[in-house]
Amino acid sequence: MSTQLTASIPRLKRIRPSQRMRNVELALLLAASAINLAALMLVQLGALGSIDLGPLSLCGLLAVLVLAIHIAMRFVAPQADALILPIATLLNGLGIAEIYRIDIALGNTGWDSLAFKQIAWSALALGGAFAVIMLIRQHRVLQRYTYVAGLIGVVLLLLPMVPGLGIELNGARVWIQIGTLTFQPGEIAKVALAIFFAGYLVQARDTLSMVGRTFLGMRFPRGRDLGPILVIWALSMGVIVFERDLGTGLLFFGLFLVMLYVATGRLSWVMLGLGLVAIGAVLANQFLPYVHDRFLNWTNAFSPAIYDENGGSYQLVQGLFGLAHGGLIGTGLGQGMPYITPVSQSDYIIASLGEELGLIGVFAILCLYLLLVGRGLRIGFAGHDDFSKLLAVGLAFVIALQVFIVVGGVTRVIPLTGLTTPFLAAGGSSLVANWMIAALLLRLSDSIRNEPRLVVGQ
Amino acid sequence: MNRELKRVSFLVIAFFITLFVSASVIQVGQDANLSADDRNTRTLYDSYRSQRGAILVAGQPIAFSVPVDDNYRFQRTYPAPLIYSNVTGYFTLSQGLTGIEGAMNRELSGTSGSQFLNRINSILTGKDPQGASVNLTLDPLLQQAAWDALGDYAGSVVVTEPSTGRILAMVSKPSFDPNVLASHNTDSVISAYNALLADPSDPLIDRSIAGNLNPPGSVFKLVVAAAALESGQYTADSQLDNPSSLQLPGSDSVVSNWNRGRCPGAGATVTIKQALRESCNIPFAELGLALGRQALLAQAKKFGFNSSFEIPMITAASTFPTVMDDPQTMLASFGQFDVRATPLQIAMVSAAIANGGKVMSPTLIQSVLDPTLTSLFDFTATQYSQAISAETAASLTEMMVDGVNNGLAGNARISGVQVAGKTGTAENGVGEPYTFWFTGFAPAEDPRYAITVLVENGGGLGQEGLSGPIAGSIAKQVLEAELGK
Repeated sequence: MSTQLTASIPRLKRIRPSQRMRNVELALLLAASAINLAALMLVQLGALGSIDLGPLSLCGLLAVLVLAIHIAMRFVAPQADALILPIATLLNGLGIAEIYRIDIALGNTGWDSLAFKQIAWSALALGGAFAVIMLIRQHRVLQRYTYVAGLIGVVLLLLPMVPGLGIELNGARVWIQIGTLTFQPGEIAKVALAIFFAGYLVQARDTLSMVGRTFLGMRFPRGRDLGPILVIWALSMGVIVFERDLGTGLLFFGLFLVMLYVATGRLSWVMLGLGLVAIGAVLANQFLPYVHDRFLNWTNAFSPAIYDENGGSYQLVQGLFGLAHGGLIGTGLGQGMPYITPVSQSDYIIASLGEELGLIGVFAILCLYLLLVGRGLRIGFAGHDDFSKLLAVGLAFVIALQVFIVVGGVTRVIPLTGLTTPFLAAGGSSLVANWMIAALLLRLSDSIRNEPRLVVGQ
Repeated sequence: MNRELKRVSFLVIAFFITLFVSASVIQVGQDANLSADDRNTRTLYDSYRSQRGAILVAGQPIAFSVPVDDNYRFQRTYPAPLIYSNVTGYFTLSQGLTGIEGAMNRELSGTSGSQFLNRINSILTGKDPQGASVNLTLDPLLQQAAWDALGDYAGSVVVTEPSTGRILAMVSKPSFDPNVLASHNTDSVISAYNALLADPSDPLIDRSIAGNLNPPGSVFKLVVAAAALESGQYTADSQLDNPSSLQLPGSDSVVSNWNRGRCPGAGATVTIKQALRESCNIPFAELGLALGRQALLAQAKKFGFNSSFEIPMITAASTFPTVMDDPQTMLASFGQFDVRATPLQIAMVSAAIANGGKVMSPTLIQSVLDPTLTSLFDFTATQYSQAISAETAASLTEMMVDGVNNGLAGNARISGVQVAGKTGTAENGVGEPYTFWFTGFAPAEDPRYAITVLVENGGGLGQEGLSGPIAGSIAKQVLEAELGK
């Protein structure tokens, strides 16, 4: 390849960047918005028996917002991945349709309507995504704010423990309340911590992958290098103990472990980490009644005593009943009874969708997540520098792990923990955080594609 | 770093494969088990979501669902609740379902396998799914007549069509009102249900096919006579010893005839025909012992004893003991000891005699019609067994006609129609009220109706009543509804 030819590419782009990616994205976005509106109409036909233009036009407004992001990207991120925005849009819209469907069944209207709130939050989250794409023109800027991000992440994580600010809901203390507004700062923390982990590990990878002692055919790190992993472990355990949020604790530790592994390439870290998880699990099961209950609910879900117990397996079993009720093809939107299951709009949104869309719908949704995560990992593969790679894999993996923890909990693969299903579940903080992740991945993909690969030719 | 990324990608794929598998196991592998769990309220609500099919008798609904404005959307209604309650059963929110409502629930609620295409259709068109209607074999004229004729007695009347096994009337008293149990107010349903359960007259029990079965008493002599003729060693005119009392071997107990003397109208010996006509116990005790308990058991089983039937409710199996000593065999030969029978079983014995010895499988289902009136099921007669030969059947018919014309079953006589019949008065223990039976068929030369009447609790007369005037007259009144027209 001649230097002359490659050198001319950036210049050409500056004149008239190729919009091929954006055109694909536009087509997919239109399809996703059409599906979302159709889902909403099916919900109305199924549950109300008539079409109500109010919610439809609100969702139409969301589609316009997404299109605005799309148009902005034609100018500021023309080479960004074409699938991320449509997938996030589709998941968000399906979530709204199902939340709306349950609102109808529960008789929630006006400000009590979670769907209405979800639409408002979606607009806000889309605004956030727009801001991220417009403001962060080059993701590597974020590396400069590594420790700021870390500080923000930890503060957000600990915020619910501040007296007078944090509130307790369903046994977990992960929300903060300002006026009538409740927010789950831990969701935003996961974005901040992913940035922090990526920045920190780029700096520390050499130290952390230093050869230590060999044991059982594996080279383990030196004792003095164990500090970071122990700190993160302690932080996660703190979340589990003081905020009684098993899911978030698991999510952060899992995220750190995977990013640590990618950064150092040392399997011994993973072994150490899993060992710490095991110790944590045993300790939590021993000393934390709520964790012990979760385990019992998981292993003996159908035992009548545990089913009837307060905080027992009622929710888990009802979720399974709902999924079974959906069967292969589902009851059809608006035709099932997902509202029987507690928190069917947030933690159990996947069971609600599984009931009405059936196994086929669950597969489709999981495939959307897999595709989304796959795009993120792909960005990681394509990244030219460690920070880009680590950040991409961190952002993608946190979605994968969160889906696994939630859906795995609902389908009884692992004990049930309270986490939101990305983009689908009712909850503003989760929406804002996940749209930020989507925006960051979009920005990453554009930056990486736009970078001239001239280094090789020199 | 790409090597690690690749491994992380595999981990992610493993996560999702796990979720694919777990979702499949729940939604497709285990869905039937999960739906069957009695804590699964979705299954219950589901049965209310679709407009449940009607239960029809001669084209008129005896149970149907009307739209109402509550969560359950449809209210089950029974227009003639008392007369049909044992057939329809009840359909409740919290106490389950019985009768046709229970046995045909899948068809009525539209969830049976044969309604799969209808369900798909209603999903595609967005219309509310509808259940199938179940058309019963009952004859409303006979059912009403049986209800009226039974009066205030606790008991049952069963009428079947001998050639097909179709059940034409099936009444059980005391009855209950299924409308009360169909209420959507769970508290009121539970209190009504508990009151019915606590009622000492057991109104929830369908005495025609279940409950605490009664000893059949003398109507069982038909089975013993059938076994005798089938053995080839006896005819209707075979002579049996005719003492005025019979000491059971190895026991203090004594068997007597109903008149406390010799079988009336005979000397030292009596024919089987006479003994049946006059319903004498002693000759039949001798006959049963001579035939042996194995022969009696085999004959009883051929008539359907010791088996349950799906009509489509599961009937209680009438029983003939499998292990007996000689005195017990002698008592069983006139329907005492541990012999127990449902009215349906006794009706099957009469029907078989009327039908040339062929026992037809009894059923209540004439047809099942989906909402477009396409037939999902149509009745076809099936033979259960050949209990006796046509000759034996003819001979027994002759004896039963004699019983009505000249014997104890005279109360069942209908002018202009030849009725064949047999009465029974069963003892339930010292001082306990009798159980009265009548079984027979008409017209004897071309049988269209086989009838069995059961009156429990001595008809309120303790040990004073007689089966002829009580059970025989009921049979006459019922048959006249069709034959006296």
